[in-house]
Amino acid sequence: MRTWVARQAWLIDFTVGSLARRKTKNLGLWLVYATLVFVLASVALYTQALRLEAAAVLAHSPEVIVQRLVAGRHDLIPPGYLERMGRIRGVQKREGRLWGYYYDPVLKANYTFMVPPDAGVARGTLVVGPALERERGLARENGISFRAYSGRLFSFTVADVLPAATELMSADLVLMHEEDFRAFFEYPAGHFTDIALSVANPREVRTVAAKVAAALPDSRPILREEVLRTYASILDWREGLVLAVLSGALLAFAILAWEKASGLSAEERREIGILKAVGWETGDVILMKFWEGALISGSAFLAGYLAAYLHVFRFGATLFEPVLKGWSVLYPRFELVPAIDGLQVATLFLLTVFPYTAAVLVPIWRAAVTDPDSVMRQ
Amino acid sequence: MFFHPAVIAILLASGLGVAMLLAAAPFAAQVIRRWDTGSGSELQLVLERRTYLFSTLLAFVFAAQLLGLLLFVFNADAMAVMFVGAMCAVGTLNVNPWGFPALGAQVALFFLAAVWLAINHLDNQAPDYPLVRLKYALFLAFGPLLAGSFALQFAYFQGLRADVITSCCGSLFSADTQGLSGDLSALPPRPALWGFYGSLALATAAAGHAWLRRRSGPLLALASALAFGAAMAGILSFLSLYVYEHPHHHCPFCILKPEYGHQGYALYIPLFVATAAGLAAGAVQLCGRKASLRARAPALTGRLAATAGAGFLLFAVVATAMIWRSNLILLG
Repeated sequence: MRTWVARQAWLIDFTVGSLARRKTKNLGLWLVYATLVFVLASVALYTQALRLEAAAVLAHSPEVIVQRLVAGRHDLIPPGYLERMGRIRGVQKREGRLWGYYYDPVLKANYTFMVPPDAGVARGTLVVGPALERERGLARENGISFRAYSGRLFSFTVADVLPAATELMSADLVLMHEEDFRAFFEYPAGHFTDIALSVANPREVRTVAAKVAAALPDSRPILREEVLRTYASILDWREGLVLAVLSGALLAFAILAWEKASGLSAEERREIGILKAVGWETGDVILMKFWEGALISGSAFLAGYLAAYLHVFRFGATLFEPVLKGWSVLYPRFELVPAIDGLQVATLFLLTVFPYTAAVLVPIWRAAVTDPDSVMRQ
Repeated sequence: MFFHPAVIAILLASGLGVAMLLAAAPFAAQVIRRWDTGSGSELQLVLERRTYLFSTLLAFVFAAQLLGLLLFVFNADAMAVMFVGAMCAVGTLNVNPWGFPALGAQVALFFLAAVWLAINHLDNQAPDYPLVRLKYALFLAFGPLLAGSFALQFAYFQGLRADVITSCCGSLFSADTQGLSGDLSALPPRPALWGFYGSLALATAAAGHAWLRRRSGPLLALASALAFGAAMAGILSFLSLYVYEHPHHHCPFCILKPEYGHQGYALYIPLFVATAAGLAAGAVQLCGRKASLRARAPALTGRLAATAGAGFLLFAVVATAMIWRSNLILLG
């Protein structure tokens, strides 16, 4: 065992020296390799962080949301609807929610107006989200007016600004009192936008939804787990799509690696010839070349992954943000939580190292079976 | 579901494997027919040169299978969030009929790949390459399995539909289910416990004997296969219950989940490595009868036996620690 380790150590030592003798050739390949890993790892890390962010945000949303449909479209919940649903075992809390969208011509953006469940906002005041504060230059105690869809003008005072930590969810949010909300949108009395149900046991959520659908055939229960699943699928799909687009680059890289590995210089040929003349076997040369490939791909993978980590978590993934994040006028600013996933590292490794190794196998063998006399005679 | 990154990687690895297989098959057939170390003909020289390339290539393909199994299971577990009713890898593999056959093929390939890599290693040590014919014949025999495994994976990933309601591990691994999984889950804990520790002790003893005496490889291979079966049955029938601290949850996949601290990897990796090494030790000794290998084969058998023994011992220690730490009282 000790001799085996010593042999590999000497081989690595020799390989490093041989790589250093052909710096420019190897540096070019190494740079391309590292850039490829950087691009792929950036996409993977960024999607993973977004996925975690979506899960963290939805963790506190109600388990089931019930909407009423009329002719297949979302409609208001009429008075007495909650009572018709009846008491469902397993539901801890059920409440009607009031929310709606308001288009602000000043910013050319949509706000979400909402009545908080705990009635924590006084009449005539608003609590606004951080993006709104930023974009409209609002501060505490400032006045703001909105023209309602009826044409009437309503004036409010900003009572508070929501903390920046909640920005992903609250960027465009405006919280107001129930009576203000009903007056602003001329909402019919006793009506709600939808119903939120809290279910304690996650295994009962589907049964609860089935019971709601049975009691109220015109309703549509939306489950939190389904929303989460949709987010996960969309992000996976976006990531996969970017990877599929980049597969062309992967192929180009494999071709480059093949070319570089098969284009042996006269000096390299002589080196292999001399090694074989002094007693190296074909297997030894293959092993040396294997270590060469392992050193290049290992260090390029590490460097590319590290650069991607910094790119995503320190510099906000500037290069891929528009594709993966989506776009809107009032887009929330948020800090991504650094996360590394084992499956993702393994996937990336397989996607980059595997094609490289496959591409250099044949050229390595060609180099290794070179006859010493044919090289040295030249 | 093709656009899932891990799926792309798994299919890329198996697809490249199949492509290499197709490239190597004509050469393998030629070696089996024409190989003759005694001859100095041009053809023999060409074959000898090419065998370096194809041995490396096949070693690469088979080594990729070892990584492929880990990624396949890891991915099935991670994808469980996407299917209604799935709680772990079982739900994901159950989405269509190809999931479990694909996993089974991958596991079979894992062990065959390990045996082939050991024979290849042994063959490379002798100057006259006495096992070349056997190596390529085995490769041709494994080839259909490799291609079949790729086809199963392809069919499985292509058939993944997010709107299918799948069944979770609770229904597959329960004592009331018909079939092998149900029968193993229904095993009474006490005899399963005896079988579990008995077969592990037997395998460890066989490994110790093979390590010290440098022989009895085939016996070790048999004991390893037996211990693997008993260990899987033990995980299903009682070990999982101790881990979940629940008298009816028999799933062998949930222990891989983060909720249980990925404990399953600490259990499965030593078990799979030990079984693979045990099987390989048997194969190496059976192949080592050629004159040029008489000195080399026993040394390799010994090393493989040491790996197998250490793996089974580690597996037993981890399993015992899990039982020890558990709050469940199964045997009063």
